Amino acid sequence: MTDLDLDLVEGWVEPELAEEFPELSLVHARVDVRPSRSPREVKQRLRMLADRYTGGKVVHMRQDPVPWAYRVFSRQVGIDPDHDRTPVEAVALRRLKQGGLRSENLVDDALTIAIAETGVPLIALDADRVGGELGLRLAEAGERLGPVRPLSERQLVVADRQRPVAVVLGEVGADAGVTPETEQTILCALGVKGVPRISIEEALWSAAETLYT
Amino acid sequence: MVRGRDALHLAPVPDVLDRPLVFELPEALPDERAARRTLLDQVAHLENELGQVFCATWPRTEMPRPLVASRGGGPRLLSLAELEELRDDLAARVSDSRRALSDRTWSEEQNRRLIEEMMLEPERHKWRLVSAEDIGEPGCRHWHVRPRWSFIGMFMGWWRVVVSSGCPLAT
Repeated sequence: MTDLDLDLVEGWVEPELAEEFPELSLVHARVDVRPSRSPREVKQRLRMLADRYTGGKVVHMRQDPVPWAYRVFSRQVGIDPDHDRTPVEAVALRRLKQGGLRSENLVDDALTIAIAETGVPLIALDADRVGGELGLRLAEAGERLGPVRPLSERQLVVADRQRPVAVVLGEVGADAGVTPETEQTILCALGVKGVPRISIEEALWSAAETLYT
Repeated sequence: MVRGRDALHLAPVPDVLDRPLVFELPEALPDERAARRTLLDQVAHLENELGQVFCATWPRTEMPRPLVASRGGGPRLLSLAELEELRDDLAARVSDSRRALSDRTWSEEQNRRLIEEMMLEPERHKWRLVSAEDIGEPGCRHWHVRPRWSFIGMFMGWWRVVVSSGCPLAT
């Protein structure tokens, strides 16, 4: 394992959004990691993580402070978290349905481990396909996520200075996500009211450590 | 100096009808901001209550799920009316879920009492069956009033409660 040096950057937040949700934040960090197959250690870690889940624990997860904070935020922005699951609940549900956490690739596995351990939602972006600083804003009329996906007006998006690159708590744009050709990856963590800053940083460090395994 | 009724006629009257009507509204009304903040707090509080009720229903499986429909259009800033509607929906769901859980726990209490009566006087509850689910517990255990020694017990009135050993093995 290499000595990890992670430079955490605080993303900008559109004033209207910051006024509505004063504690909303986007913290991101760049890692020089190319997507590849997960090494044995990461697969083993996924298995150990999967063993921690039980039905009762998943049901009561919604009362834990961090998952609860994201459920509340989902509700406040018009999403039903019992239908469109928050990332940590989606991981838990995947574990119950599949009977384990299957390895996908190093980047996805790193995100899964970090989300499951901290409860903080993370996304990964291709640093070369994202221009400028990242932040949170409301989508404008007629904007699209990637080349195809239309966005609703005033939808919450992660954006660079030119265009939306991901929907908050949702999908990543096809033209900004990590691909096998990615040279550098940007990890982004969303912070909401009730989630301590240390949990957000821990999520980013956890994902980065897994990527450097 | 003019006093009394004459004052009404002689005092200068501003020509209000000739003034241009200009209303300058602030971009966001301060009241709306406060209302939005209150509604967001109420939504958070209700989500907490909904979570508590949901967790209290575990491990019951046949309870109504407390779904509150998405507002549509993905995550976005909701209007004041939408926030009010969301708050009302959540409040209704919390109330419905509480009522359903209360009804369910009442019938579970009745079933627990029934098991005690079955144990004390099995002959008064012939062939009666109560499962673990009926008393809000997980598993496949059940309490069944059956005759001792089959037909002999039936004719002689020898009844007893048989407690099953649990879930059958998967085949």
